[in-house]
Amino acid sequence: MAAYVIRRIILLIPTMLVVTVVVFLSVRFIPGNVVDMMIAQMGSSGGVTQATRQRLEQALGLNVPLPIQYARWMGFAPGANGHFQGLLEGNLGTSLQSGQSVATLLVQRLPVSLELALIALVTAILTAIPIGIYSAIRQDTARDYAGRSVSIFFISVPSFWLGTMIMVYPAIWWRWSPSLEYIPLIKNFQGNLLQFLIPGFLLGMALGGTLMRMMRTMMLEVLRQDYVKTAWAKGLNERRVINRHVVKNALIPVVTIVGIVLPIVLGGTVIIEQIFDLPGLGLLLFQALNFRDYPLISGINLFLAAILIVSNLVVDISYAWLDPRIQYK
Amino acid sequence: MSDTLAVSTPGEQAAAPEGRQPAAQRRALVDVVVRLARYKPLGFAGGLVVLVLLFVGIFANFLAPYGFNDMSLAQRLSAPSAAHLLGTDNTGRDVLSRIIYGARISMTVGLAGAAIHVVMGFLIGATTGFYGGKLDMVIQRIVDGIQAFPTLVLYLTVMSVVGQGLLPLVLVLGLSSSIYGSRTIRSAVLGVKENTYIHAAVAMGATRGRMLVKHVLPNVVPVLIIEFTLAVGRMILAEAMLSFLGFGVPPPFPSWGGMLSNSGQRYMLQAPWMALWPGVALALAVFSINMLGDALRDILDPRLRSTMV
Repeated sequence: MAAYVIRRIILLIPTMLVVTVVVFLSVRFIPGNVVDMMIAQMGSSGGVTQATRQRLEQALGLNVPLPIQYARWMGFAPGANGHFQGLLEGNLGTSLQSGQSVATLLVQRLPVSLELALIALVTAILTAIPIGIYSAIRQDTARDYAGRSVSIFFISVPSFWLGTMIMVYPAIWWRWSPSLEYIPLIKNFQGNLLQFLIPGFLLGMALGGTLMRMMRTMMLEVLRQDYVKTAWAKGLNERRVINRHVVKNALIPVVTIVGIVLPIVLGGTVIIEQIFDLPGLGLLLFQALNFRDYPLISGINLFLAAILIVSNLVVDISYAWLDPRIQYK
Repeated sequence: MSDTLAVSTPGEQAAAPEGRQPAAQRRALVDVVVRLARYKPLGFAGGLVVLVLLFVGIFANFLAPYGFNDMSLAQRLSAPSAAHLLGTDNTGRDVLSRIIYGARISMTVGLAGAAIHVVMGFLIGATTGFYGGKLDMVIQRIVDGIQAFPTLVLYLTVMSVVGQGLLPLVLVLGLSSSIYGSRTIRSAVLGVKENTYIHAAVAMGATRGRMLVKHVLPNVVPVLIIEFTLAVGRMILAEAMLSFLGFGVPPPFPSWGGMLSNSGQRYMLQAPWMALWPGVALALAVFSINMLGDALRDILDPRLRSTMV
């Protein structure tokens, strides 16, 4: 087991390197000059001085060759002022828009996205697992079709559209609309929870759909196992067979889906936070993209990728730990 | 249903290897359609809706009562009526016409994106899976790295860099998702690789390229068809999301997602139909395609064959 964990952690290194290269290049390989685009976007009316350009180029570190830029950005090589100020030193740079450090912004915005993701996950698990189980044990009956249609419906209906509808129709019919002012959790626990419930549910829907299908497939696979036949042959009642023998075993691979669905949740926050105006990482990314705040965009992308990689590792390890048949090679 | 209905192997049905009679190919296709209609009514209905949407998209010029950008300020924000069945938007454009033209954009992005997804996904997945070794190791690590980004975040970042437009959108969606999809195709190829006929081909001295095209490709076609169908739905949804956020198809072109954004949101209380109907169209399209893809998976995927009985 220890060897397996160590091997997995070593395998993280190339993946993380690829991630940093992708993040680094995505900003640098922009057609046309980044600085020109940014100056155009700032809409400075003729007053673009050489100083602005130089300041921007320096802020982006564009005044040296590409490999040196990467080395500096990573913290392998000392920056212009002779200090090592890269990722390895925990330095993500400063936002061009606000001048704040990217790391500070990330830490500030994380709780909102985390809360949304948590509500979404809980919603998804609570709806998907029972429906998935039921669908599988009543395979190919009308009830199974209903369950599967619900799951495909959840996957297909765009959350951003449902979100918009929730903003529109209750307001027209009952003059009620969700609060658009962010209520911090510490200030008003109940208000905060109420505010997060609808966006959380919406985010959980697509997730629930995916989860439901996986749960059903896993259940069907386990239902065909010999030990399940044995359990039936022993004359156990359905509840006992399903709960003790099938669900327990089917749930093991479903644990891994937390890793699979995490990208959906994290990507989904961008849209949901934008609709409901919640100041999380998604909204931060959206604003950064609109401002072309490249250090901030890179920072958020790196951060999200790191979360995904680490959670995938945790999921894989727990999977190996939960299922005794898996060999840690 | 009984197994006797499915006499041919999955590879044979959908994939007609080169040199096979066109009649056999047609029979295989008819076979799939018949089985779809008989055993998967919901999937079949989904397929019909997709065909209708395709038709609407192709003949949008003839079907739409107005042009997609015909503004008429006198008619702005008017409620659904006989003249404008689904009402008009804030510049007096007919919402129904824009939805009809929107089908063209959605279908273009969906089909073209999914085509790139499958072709590139096969090229990456099949070559790495089939050749294995160091190449596989290196490419898989790159795939790992790219998979580490949440899909929407990756799309958004790349689109903000490349710039809005239909062509960039199709390329970005198709290429990035092919990297994600290459994993599925790779594992399908790894499964095929172990078959005796591959060993036979090796013994006969067939080149790797020949084996890939003649033996591997026809046998993963069912997987490719499923990947394609489900990718169409994902592409349409992704296009709508990106256009909604302002990084997809630029105005004035009528994307369903774009119609829901800015003006759709700003005028939503005065003119809720502006946001309602594009979303209905979008949900219907994606739902139908997913239903079709799901049914096709049940029919074509050999691993699920036993669950059909």
